[in-house]
Amino acid sequence: MQRTVSFTLNGKPTRVTVDEERMLLWVLRYDLGLTGTKFGCGASLCGACTVIVDKEAVRSCSIPIKEVAGKQVLTIEGLSRDGRLHPLQEAFLKHQAFQCGFCTSGMILNAYALLLKKPQPTRAEIIREMDDNLCRCGSHTRILDAIQEASGAMKGGAR
Amino acid sequence: MKHDDKNVRVNPGQGIDSDLSRREFFAVTGSGLFVLFRAGDLAAFQEPARLPARQGYPTDFNAYLRIGADGRTTCFVGKVELGQGSKTALAQLLAEELDVAFDSVDMVMGDTDLCPWDMGTFGSLSVRQFGPVLRGAGAEARAVLLRMAGERLQVPADKLQVKDGIVTDPSDRGKRVTYAQLVEGRRLERHLEKVPVKPVTAYTVVGQSATRKDALEKVTGKAKYAGDLGPPGTLHARIVRAPAHGATLKHADTTEAGKIDGVRVVKESDLIAVLHERPDVADRAHSLIKTQFDRTKTGLDDKTIFEHLVKAAPQGRLVSESGSLADGEKLASTVVERTYLNSYVAHAAMETHSAVAMVEGGKATVWAGTQTPFPVKQQVAQALGFAPENVHVIVPYVGGGFGGKSASRQAVEAARLAKAVGRPVQVVFDRAEEFFYDTFRPAAVVKIRSGLTRDGKMIFWDFSVYCAGDREAKQFYDIPNQRTVSAGGWGGEGAPGLHPFGIGPWRAPSVNTNTFARESHIDIMASKLGVDPLEFRLRHLSDQRVRGVLDAAAKQFGRKPARTPSGRGVGISCAIYLGTYVALMAEVAVDKATGHVQVERVVCAQDQGVIVNPEGSRQQVEGSITMGLGYALSEEVRFKDGEILDRNFDTYGIPRFSWLPKIETVLVENREVPASGCGEPPIVNMGAVIANAIYDASGARLLQLPMTPARIREALKNG
Repeated sequence: MQRTVSFTLNGKPTRVTVDEERMLLWVLRYDLGLTGTKFGCGASLCGACTVIVDKEAVRSCSIPIKEVAGKQVLTIEGLSRDGRLHPLQEAFLKHQAFQCGFCTSGMILNAYALLLKKPQPTRAEIIREMDDNLCRCGSHTRILDAIQEASGAMKGGAR
Repeated sequence: MKHDDKNVRVNPGQGIDSDLSRREFFAVTGSGLFVLFRAGDLAAFQEPARLPARQGYPTDFNAYLRIGADGRTTCFVGKVELGQGSKTALAQLLAEELDVAFDSVDMVMGDTDLCPWDMGTFGSLSVRQFGPVLRGAGAEARAVLLRMAGERLQVPADKLQVKDGIVTDPSDRGKRVTYAQLVEGRRLERHLEKVPVKPVTAYTVVGQSATRKDALEKVTGKAKYAGDLGPPGTLHARIVRAPAHGATLKHADTTEAGKIDGVRVVKESDLIAVLHERPDVADRAHSLIKTQFDRTKTGLDDKTIFEHLVKAAPQGRLVSESGSLADGEKLASTVVERTYLNSYVAHAAMETHSAVAMVEGGKATVWAGTQTPFPVKQQVAQALGFAPENVHVIVPYVGGGFGGKSASRQAVEAARLAKAVGRPVQVVFDRAEEFFYDTFRPAAVVKIRSGLTRDGKMIFWDFSVYCAGDREAKQFYDIPNQRTVSAGGWGGEGAPGLHPFGIGPWRAPSVNTNTFARESHIDIMASKLGVDPLEFRLRHLSDQRVRGVLDAAAKQFGRKPARTPSGRGVGISCAIYLGTYVALMAEVAVDKATGHVQVERVVCAQDQGVIVNPEGSRQQVEGSITMGLGYALSEEVRFKDGEILDRNFDTYGIPRFSWLPKIETVLVENREVPASGCGEPPIVNMGAVIANAIYDASGARLLQLPMTPARIREALKNG
């Protein structure tokens, strides 16, 4: 059913009139033009499409747009502020925690949600929380290092 | 990778009445990547050098570089950035030879109109084979520029110095001129013969850990992949696929699908698709198509395949032979005979095969996630009936390849559909299509028969590989009587239809299979003798570079000799891969009740000649080791009668964070030898190093990859 859905996208009020059952991923990528969120598996199995909805990491390939009505949605495009990278982005950059980059947006946002919940996670907690985000290039160790460093840099919690 | 942005920006879509203005959209989505030059200007500039009559690397250095009036250097290469870091390493090579700042080099990669011809990005060739070509181009251009500077400054060229593109006379600081001033945005028309490249000792850029050129775009979500592109009006296609390889379509009814508002239907004999401006709507239409297929029974599945391969493989080819197996056999007191198996393995890159095509006025432009833009250009031209010069292939960032994006049917499908509907068309495989059309690493069989003398010397070695290919099949130990035979290969050599679906190159083709068999077998013989497996290897090794990486790995590992199985869970494996020498040592823990293996630690020592980018090399080593955990422990494609049963990551398990060992990389400096590849070699050891460690931990000898918990439990039971 066509419906107008209102939500906050990267800090800005947004309304789209679409079939309310369509998945958030497709609306973000093709109706709203935000292609930093990637399609990897279409079944919540890889994490490439991870975005933040009201502070939780969500697989956007599997959540209908109607479910974000009235909520705060954050994508990779909204993470840096005023031209300044988020500490997680800085840390990924410093550790070169990516190769092909296709999983990177999802990795960063999944880690972002973790640090919101738990600003100083242990390595084991990071592994547990990141385990369903897949990377085929094998940047895992660097991603863990980057998340740990960002958690240190952010101290009082995520910006 | 810069293109005219009006052609490639994403479609912001209709139906949006948000507070985000159109302009703001482009600020977040269309910015950055694609804007430095106008494609038209560059194409004209590159014209004389591109598409040489004979396909090969052009000899004119202008094909590879252009010095802009702004002082920046643009480097044109037919290679593509898959994540392996070529964008960075190749920029380092050019910056080094040309003596310009690394940060002032902009890379244009994989654009068939702008870049010199290249066969494709595979085989660890970017640095090893193409590197010298690019270095030579840079060195010649530098020499020409110095000559021009000499004339301008009235100083002999050999008295001048150059740094960061600024030429100075060291005896008179007032005499200086920049490359940009010399060139003034023009093409360099002069050429010089036989200009030497820099000696390794003079390197200042190569050998440094330069920051990846793709870093900022990738952490901000701005990096564009083929699925992120599409001119306004692009339709997204979902194509009717067979449920199994070998199945033939009897009937397809698209009536219901075609009723969805905005859906276009294309029905050609071998290409039936539904298209819509939104991919998910096309997907819904696709689910409404009713099809009937006739399926064939081959009787083949992932268990029966090995017997089939040995029987149906083409005649074996002699790869190498020395001494006499019969003589060796007579001298042997112990004979060891084993058969090693490995299953089909998928590439499973995170980005599925994706392409966008636009066909207008008898010309096609295709943006494709591919490892082979120039072959794709030919394929698209053939499919459309166009002359190749009317097809332009552009490769944006590619989300992983590993050999799987050498085949690029999605680009041809997008082009055919774009021609059929008269609008740009995007094809992005879903994950099931990705598994279905993957060109798997072939299932393969290796049979080894070998003998030991009473005093513990390997006296003969008879190695036969079926269907993996002969790359690095010839072993490098000192064995007087030996023979290596290879039947078939990953290119499907000599036996069409041998495999029930597509096969192809998979990161370090042939060599994962051959190394697993060889290094497992060596360990078995060491164990028979009760000799430490490293000691046993060294006794049979006169190759100093192999010895060098084994020593380096053992030192880093803190390895203490012991006969196996020692209960420690320590494994070893070494290999030569296309000029790179690599040794791995690993420590594993085996849960004997469940058969679960946790790899705790992997040490890799690698001698890859000159190291272009140490940090980039370490990334490749880590990636190689991590990816190798998959084929060693879990990855195998299950199938039955041409139907692929693994279609997503729920059943096809690739390595995860929790699998990761501690990885330690030792890059063995070797400046005597030109740079060779670094992204493939370590992975070839992953099967054997883990198999050998499992044996050392538990006494269970695994002869089949992957070493799943079930196979480990089975081996423990039989052990």
